[in-house]
Amino acid sequence: MMDFGFYLTPSSTIELDKVDRKAVDDLARADSGFRTCIACGSCTASCTAGVFAETSVRRAILSVLNGRDEKAMDLLSSCMLCGKCMMVCPRGINTRHLILSLQKYYNGK
Amino acid sequence: MTPFHILQVAPEVIDRVPGAYAHFVLPFCVGIVFCICWLGVGLVRVLANLSSSDRKALLLSLINPKTLWKDIKDIFCDCLLHLKIWQRKPLLGYMHSAIAFGWFLIIILGHLEVWLFAPRHLYLDNGALFYPIFYRYFIWVNPEHTTLRGSLFFFLMDLCLLYILSGIGLAIFKRFRSRLLGMKHTTKPSLMDRVALFSLWGIFPLRLLAESFTADLAGGSFLTLPANALLRFLFGNNLYYLPWWWAYSVCLGLFFVSLPFSRYMHILTEPLLILLRNAGIKVRHPRKGYAEAEIYACSSCGLCIDACPMNVQKKNLRFSSVYFIRFLRRHNEKKINRIADKCLQCGKCLALCPVGVDSPAIRRRQRAAYNDVLPFDYSPLKAPAPQGAVPGKVMYFAGCMSHLTPRIIKAVLEVFREAGEDFVFADENGGLCCGRPLLLAGKDRAAKTVIEANRKMIMESGCSTLVLSCPICLKVFKEEYKLQGIEVLHYTEYMDRLVAQERLTLKKGEGSYVYHDPCELGRGCGIYDAPRRLVGSVGELRKAEKEGDESVCCGGSLGSLTLSYEDRKKITAGALDNLLANHPDRIVTACPLCLKTFSDASSDVPVVDIAELVADSITRT
Repeated sequence: MMDFGFYLTPSSTIELDKVDRKAVDDLARADSGFRTCIACGSCTASCTAGVFAETSVRRAILSVLNGRDEKAMDLLSSCMLCGKCMMVCPRGINTRHLILSLQKYYNGK
Repeated sequence: MTPFHILQVAPEVIDRVPGAYAHFVLPFCVGIVFCICWLGVGLVRVLANLSSSDRKALLLSLINPKTLWKDIKDIFCDCLLHLKIWQRKPLLGYMHSAIAFGWFLIIILGHLEVWLFAPRHLYLDNGALFYPIFYRYFIWVNPEHTTLRGSLFFFLMDLCLLYILSGIGLAIFKRFRSRLLGMKHTTKPSLMDRVALFSLWGIFPLRLLAESFTADLAGGSFLTLPANALLRFLFGNNLYYLPWWWAYSVCLGLFFVSLPFSRYMHILTEPLLILLRNAGIKVRHPRKGYAEAEIYACSSCGLCIDACPMNVQKKNLRFSSVYFIRFLRRHNEKKINRIADKCLQCGKCLALCPVGVDSPAIRRRQRAAYNDVLPFDYSPLKAPAPQGAVPGKVMYFAGCMSHLTPRIIKAVLEVFREAGEDFVFADENGGLCCGRPLLLAGKDRAAKTVIEANRKMIMESGCSTLVLSCPICLKVFKEEYKLQGIEVLHYTEYMDRLVAQERLTLKKGEGSYVYHDPCELGRGCGIYDAPRRLVGSVGELRKAEKEGDESVCCGGSLGSLTLSYEDRKKITAGALDNLLANHPDRIVTACPLCLKTFSDASSDVPVVDIAELVADSITRT
């Protein structure tokens, strides 16, 4: 692409009509962390994989709530389950279980 | 065909029933034949489900004199004498060895007796299957020819019977008062367990009765002869003994028929597990092959219930290893998965298991059955090569958890500098996870990817020694990385060596400490002494209530996939109570995860890492 010194970003509009409420409910039943997360970002700040690739539990949860499940899967594909996010979470969310639940739910969908 | 020269019986005995058959032996024969067939089929199933390389390893171990000797020794010590239980709980050990070893002796002596006095009945066409068991029914003593060897056998058989009966007595007592034998919780027996249990309790008292009823005719010793005199006093001189032999046979038959469906199967299957384990075979599938041998060797004794740190809460009792194995045996998929996910993987159940059933490993295989298919993409990740020339140097790999507790890294680096070590810091600016958390979660393919990447980085660097500050990393580096030519050390071992080489001198302070054995360091890698030596050289080392291989998990373990934050907090509180039994000034540990977990939970007693303790106590010249 030609460099004009500025560029257009793809729209980040969220169409809440597209949100799959059933998926959100199912996931929240599998792990209550989807509801208790306060999006503080401690998980993202401490992430081992985050040094190299965009990896964020916080954003993955938000993406699920906004109906962007592919984005959520992308954000966790580099996760090595090291558990640091679990240790720092102020809400005591079992992030490793949350990540595995999410991957199990959307795997193959 | 019985050879002619042993057609005769010894002069001490009268071959009362030359045809060597009576109807009452039938229940026993049906039971033992059924049991042997079941075992045979099970053996074939286990062997057929082993991979061909495992089968080859088993074969090689059986022709290698060294492993063969170990096999025999282990089978003798574990299956018969039960030395492992003796070491922890002597009374329970006595009970097991009395029943197992006593029964073994009585079988051997019984066969020896037949071989000496009526050898023709050791042939299959002459009742070999049951004759030695019911010898006293078939043979009567010749009153005109008594010898010392005859009496000796009567005495030995009675002695063995007394030995077993004392064990059975303890077993019955234990069923009602398990606490007195050192067990807080024990398993709930299933229906078949009860059938097998009650028939086991019945076998030897009935044998005593049956032999007592015939003791005046078939001989006896200090146990059976007085009993016989008493019976004759009660019921007259012509004792009607046949019903007792029937009862004894029925009880044996019932025991052998119920055996394959009960926990007592371990009596017969444990030797196979020992052979497989000594051949170096590992569990590959959660239900087949090696795992099946383990599942049937589980004695369902329930020692793992008290061992499990989750059981500070009664609601978690059902997640104990013993129930996991039980549900695996019954193919109860739903329950298996829940139990498999809950476990902390601290390994205490394995350390205390008298049979050595590696249930943490089976749980990991079970997790892999549904988690290994989950997607991952590690292409953006890389293990950065360390800066500068590395060959021959010491490499320090901190790992994820140490980066979360920078106080450990700071202290380790300070010790390196004080000792004048020429080292490189591998993941100073971030690196890959070691792969152990992925293995614990059952994502095996993903774990293999990061292990390969890390391994490549380390092998290419050419370092001579790898020092780790996280026991979780240490375990996987030792077991999975195959770093030929590179020494892998935990920093406690490394610092202990520095002190021994006098490259580091520590001054002893006033404080008292208790050392917490991290699961992966102690039970995982067998490192107990080096950290204790270090703590002992800087202060007074106090004992925890339970330590060494019985130490209690801090509750922060990455092993559990589903344990909630609240449940973990209770485990941590329990572990702290255990550590503070002798009122130390500070808690010392050697794992970043334990450090973080305890620091968050311990309000009164400060928690420090050994590296910090060492760094603070270095005498600078």
